[in-house]
Amino acid sequence: MSDTAPDITLSARNLTRRFGSRQVIHGISLELRRGEVLGLLGHNGAGKSTTLQMLTGCLLPDAGAIDICGIDLLRRPAAAKARIGYLPEIPPLYRELNVDDYLLFAARLRGMAPAAAAAALAQARQRCGLETVGKKTIGTLSKGYQQRIGIAQAIIHQPDVIVLDEPTVGLDPAQIREIRTLIRELGDAHSVILSTHLLGEVESMCDRVEIMREGRLIYGDTIAALANHGGEAGKLEDNYIRITESCA
Amino acid sequence: MMRLLAMRELRSLFSMPSTWFVVALLQFILAWFFLALLEAFLGVQPQLAQLANPPGVTVTVAVPLFNTAALLLMMLTPMFTMRLIAEERRNQTLALLLSAPLAGWQIVLGKFFGLLAFLALLTCGVPLMLYTLASGTALDHGLLFANTVGLLLLTASYIALGLYVSALTAQPAIAAIGALAALAGLWLADIAATAADSPWHAISPLHHFQSFNTGLLDSGDAAFFVLFSAAFLLLAVRRLHNNCIYG
Repeated sequence: MSDTAPDITLSARNLTRRFGSRQVIHGISLELRRGEVLGLLGHNGAGKSTTLQMLTGCLLPDAGAIDICGIDLLRRPAAAKARIGYLPEIPPLYRELNVDDYLLFAARLRGMAPAAAAAALAQARQRCGLETVGKKTIGTLSKGYQQRIGIAQAIIHQPDVIVLDEPTVGLDPAQIREIRTLIRELGDAHSVILSTHLLGEVESMCDRVEIMREGRLIYGDTIAALANHGGEAGKLEDNYIRITESCA
Repeated sequence: MMRLLAMRELRSLFSMPSTWFVVALLQFILAWFFLALLEAFLGVQPQLAQLANPPGVTVTVAVPLFNTAALLLMMLTPMFTMRLIAEERRNQTLALLLSAPLAGWQIVLGKFFGLLAFLALLTCGVPLMLYTLASGTALDHGLLFANTVGLLLLTASYIALGLYVSALTAQPAIAAIGALAALAGLWLADIAATAADSPWHAISPLHHFQSFNTGLLDSGDAAFFVLFSAAFLLLAVRRLHNNCIYG
């Protein structure tokens, strides 16, 4: 599906979202290009997860539009969702299933034929380093492996857009390095949007960054531009804090 | 897609030790009832033989056995329906289904048919036990067929109600208690209503099962089960959609 898809794989325009009387997302617009890794950066509670839930169709925006490869997510959800792979903050794993059965189920759920799903399973296992645990029950595996299975289910159907919500949370340093390498590889063939509050993660994986604060996008540019923000080359961390505090 | 979800439900059910325990327990209770009813029939058979038009073994054994199975299913079904959506929500696996190219009705019907297939397997022991008598006596196949169809429709209505209650909460235990309270409430309201034309009879699934239990294939009662199930399945689809609206 990647060959015929347009260059802009995800386009969100003026998304707003309210929970009860509290407005949590205020007119967010963003675009994602093919082969790009976009980091959605922000403090806890900035609205990153809510934004990603809307981009994947799990949560409907109150207003705004979302196109996935030119397909309107709100009008044609099935066609648009077939092009999305989503890893929520907590991987959606059926702990009683073994890894192969779960990944095959995830592939079939995204509309893959049984034969294609079997081939995709082998590729996803190889990419995510799951070759040795295919027959193991998910509930018995470590947090690191469960996170990899979560990523594998998001990429098994070769989606155009991969959405990862805090993909390295709770992992040890070695696992974080592996997952970062994997995401960087995924970014070469797919479009990846990931949320994080870790600057190091953005620096090592992302081509571009969007900073969120209190439900608004307050900054969007390349990593190099963020490092040189305000004409002062310095630590990303300093510039990030400067940007978020200037918008407070 | 519905078949895929139904198969996953079945696989998930059979992978749990508690399922096998419940299956074994239900078969034991039903077999116990069957043998007790059969023994009682054999005890009164000489007296029955003196009647002009004596009731056969099917009426004496099958009718109360199916009635018992219907009551047991009322108590048992919430234990299985509680998982359907509440557990997905609690374990945060609902995101996998909601972000997949599936419509809400496909998710609901997949889960509904998966559990219906499982409970149909669970209760097929009832007619099978009764058919073991066919080697020694003539059975009323029409009565057995009507009861089997009625039990299946009754089970479908129980699952639909339980599925809807499961869609309302993230706690499987609350879903089980809620569904059991609703089903038992409908049953108690039915048996407590003494007037023949009481509206409580009209909304009780067990009341509509009685015609099937006596061997009558009543299209009105069949329509009730279909409408009852469809109404709660539609409510469950709506609740799932609300999940995307309200979060």
